[in-house]
Amino acid sequence: MAAWWQALPLTAVFVLFFIVPLALILMVSFWDFNEYELLPDFTAKHYLAVFEGCFNTDAMCVTFKTYLSTIKFSVLVWLITLIVGFTVSYFVAFHVRSPGIQTVLFVLCTIPFWTSNVIRMISWVPLLGRNGLANQTLVGAGLVDAPVEWLLFSDFSVVLAFVHLYTMFMIVPIFNSMMRIDRSLIEAASDSGASAWQTLWNVIVPLSRTGIIIGSIFVITIVMGDFVTIGVMGGQQIASIGKVIQVQTSYLQFPLAAANAVILLGIVLMIIWALTRLVDIRKEL
Amino acid sequence: MSDDSKDVLSTAAPMQRRSVLKGTAGILAAGMFPAVHSQEKIVLRYLGTAVNQDKAIGDKFKADTGIEIQYVAVTTDDVTKRAVTAPNSFDLIDTEYFSLKKIVPTGNLKGIDVKRIKNADKITSLFTTGMVAGKAVGDQGTAPKKVIYLEGEKSKVFAKSPTQFMSLIPTVYNADTLGIRPDLIKRPINSWAELLNPEFKGKAAILNIPSIGIMDAAMVVEAMGIYKYPDKGNMTKKEIDLTIKTLIDSKKAGQFRSLWKDFNESVNLMASGEVVIQSMWSPAVTAVRTKGIACTFQPLKEGYRAWAAGFGLPATLSGRKLDGAYEFINWFLDGWAGAYLNRQGYYSAVLDTAKSKMEAYEWAYWMEGKAATQDIKSPNGDLLAKAGSVRDGGSYEARMGGIACWNAVMDENNYMVQKWNEFVAA
Repeated sequence: MAAWWQALPLTAVFVLFFIVPLALILMVSFWDFNEYELLPDFTAKHYLAVFEGCFNTDAMCVTFKTYLSTIKFSVLVWLITLIVGFTVSYFVAFHVRSPGIQTVLFVLCTIPFWTSNVIRMISWVPLLGRNGLANQTLVGAGLVDAPVEWLLFSDFSVVLAFVHLYTMFMIVPIFNSMMRIDRSLIEAASDSGASAWQTLWNVIVPLSRTGIIIGSIFVITIVMGDFVTIGVMGGQQIASIGKVIQVQTSYLQFPLAAANAVILLGIVLMIIWALTRLVDIRKEL
Repeated sequence: MSDDSKDVLSTAAPMQRRSVLKGTAGILAAGMFPAVHSQEKIVLRYLGTAVNQDKAIGDKFKADTGIEIQYVAVTTDDVTKRAVTAPNSFDLIDTEYFSLKKIVPTGNLKGIDVKRIKNADKITSLFTTGMVAGKAVGDQGTAPKKVIYLEGEKSKVFAKSPTQFMSLIPTVYNADTLGIRPDLIKRPINSWAELLNPEFKGKAAILNIPSIGIMDAAMVVEAMGIYKYPDKGNMTKKEIDLTIKTLIDSKKAGQFRSLWKDFNESVNLMASGEVVIQSMWSPAVTAVRTKGIACTFQPLKEGYRAWAAGFGLPATLSGRKLDGAYEFINWFLDGWAGAYLNRQGYYSAVLDTAKSKMEAYEWAYWMEGKAATQDIKSPNGDLLAKAGSVRDGGSYEARMGGIACWNAVMDENNYMVQKWNEFVAA
């Protein structure tokens, strides 16, 4: 009984600020609307509108295209942040011996978070732009004849900005898992004649699995819902589900936006569910 | 008289405060001085876009009247959203006329009593009758004359003929066109069709605010001779399809370097040379120029897409805050603010009062289209134009007389937004 009481405050907060708003979104997604007000109703037409034209064979509909592009970014960013994040964590956890230096290196990793989101992204323009530093260097060194255009406002720049921003979310949980690996296991592996790669693949990676999965959940959910980074770095020409929802809310089309949000939530939950099949997070923590 | 009352308040010790207030109330009841200056200071929450919210204007108003203006800056779309969903979160709204079609039916705005607005009869005829210098200008889209009058103070419908109640008191307005980098284009530009000219492949940009972007696109479609709209400001579904298809074809061919939504983004794109031709706002052109970069707000033969913004009052506003809001609107039309805005390249609602606060050479440059006899400076003191130069688009009559259409909310707005998302995703 006491345990239930202890859980009550957090439960109350969750119900009030998470469950209730979510239920409201679900409810509104079935309402109707006009130019300026929501009309209580029970209609599935917004869900139908989201998938309108999706089952014609000739061309892919906007919704599918948008999800495809969003998922493409998620996978790319996940892969790169995983590799970079794992490498950085490995270095800090196993090669840096002093806890003091480990802390300093960690603080260094948080530098991207010191400036505002928008400023950080705008500052890429003088670097990657047509007349930016990167292009000046390339042209100056004679490597290219004309400025390279795909450096900015492209898939490349979007992925670059995401990686720059979110690698930290991979580093922290993976580092945390690695620090808990018993060092004698590594010695044992080496005594048993395992090469460095074999130790990495057969000992460290499996034992860091929890961190990898948690980091993956962070990165994938953030990228799936993002619209600011894709907007600014993609020159607002690359669609994302978040952007669609944002445009709809700013035009007071709340039920449509709610329907989109519910679908997005469903998809992200499925991805997370699949990831948690790979590892039992509750047990590992 | 009003100054005296302030002194009484500020020198009164906390202990005496209650009795002072009582005394003030007594004087108030006797109607001896305006309520605005008594009691505690009034703070007006001013909801609008960052473009119109100049610190200098708020500071000057506070110095003149003691009323504080607290700016709440959001995007064009969010102003409308807040007016509809959170009408008590502001005391004064600065919104575009085209948004009224969404806001007024909610009943969240109060009709502004023109009898309480000193300069109401001097508001330019562009708003009240849609005329400039006696000639009617284009009224496709949500022209202010269609939505400026309400049937009553608490009305949810627009009046067909002038009444005592206005929905918005105009603040600033302008006629938008394409901004270009003449130093990078190196040839004259005179038509909206140039925006989609393959010559500028990868160097063009368009506005990513659907209800405004679609109008720019419509100007381009007409200029290219693809289609002539009966009313660009109120397209049918078929017309929307056609317009969006034209945009999508261009986008797929790589015409656009970027789309932009925020004032600063457009300045950035142009100043960095990423874009050489784009739909643009006048103060953004000014901002590029103050960086010492050549940028022209290019008049085009098909005319301009006009917009206008104005002050509205939330329906629930009452008492001293309401009086304060009226005082601010009156102050705004009184000349100082108008002159300030005119010097930024906007136009003010009451021209006579603004003229009295501007130097003769400034008025000649900004409003009469004459060559500058001295260097023209922005309100911050940055050099905008050297002596001898002429304003893009010429005089007030030439520019505002060239209006082809207005920013609009269409009947098929939902469909339009859906198609616009398709363009962004293409």
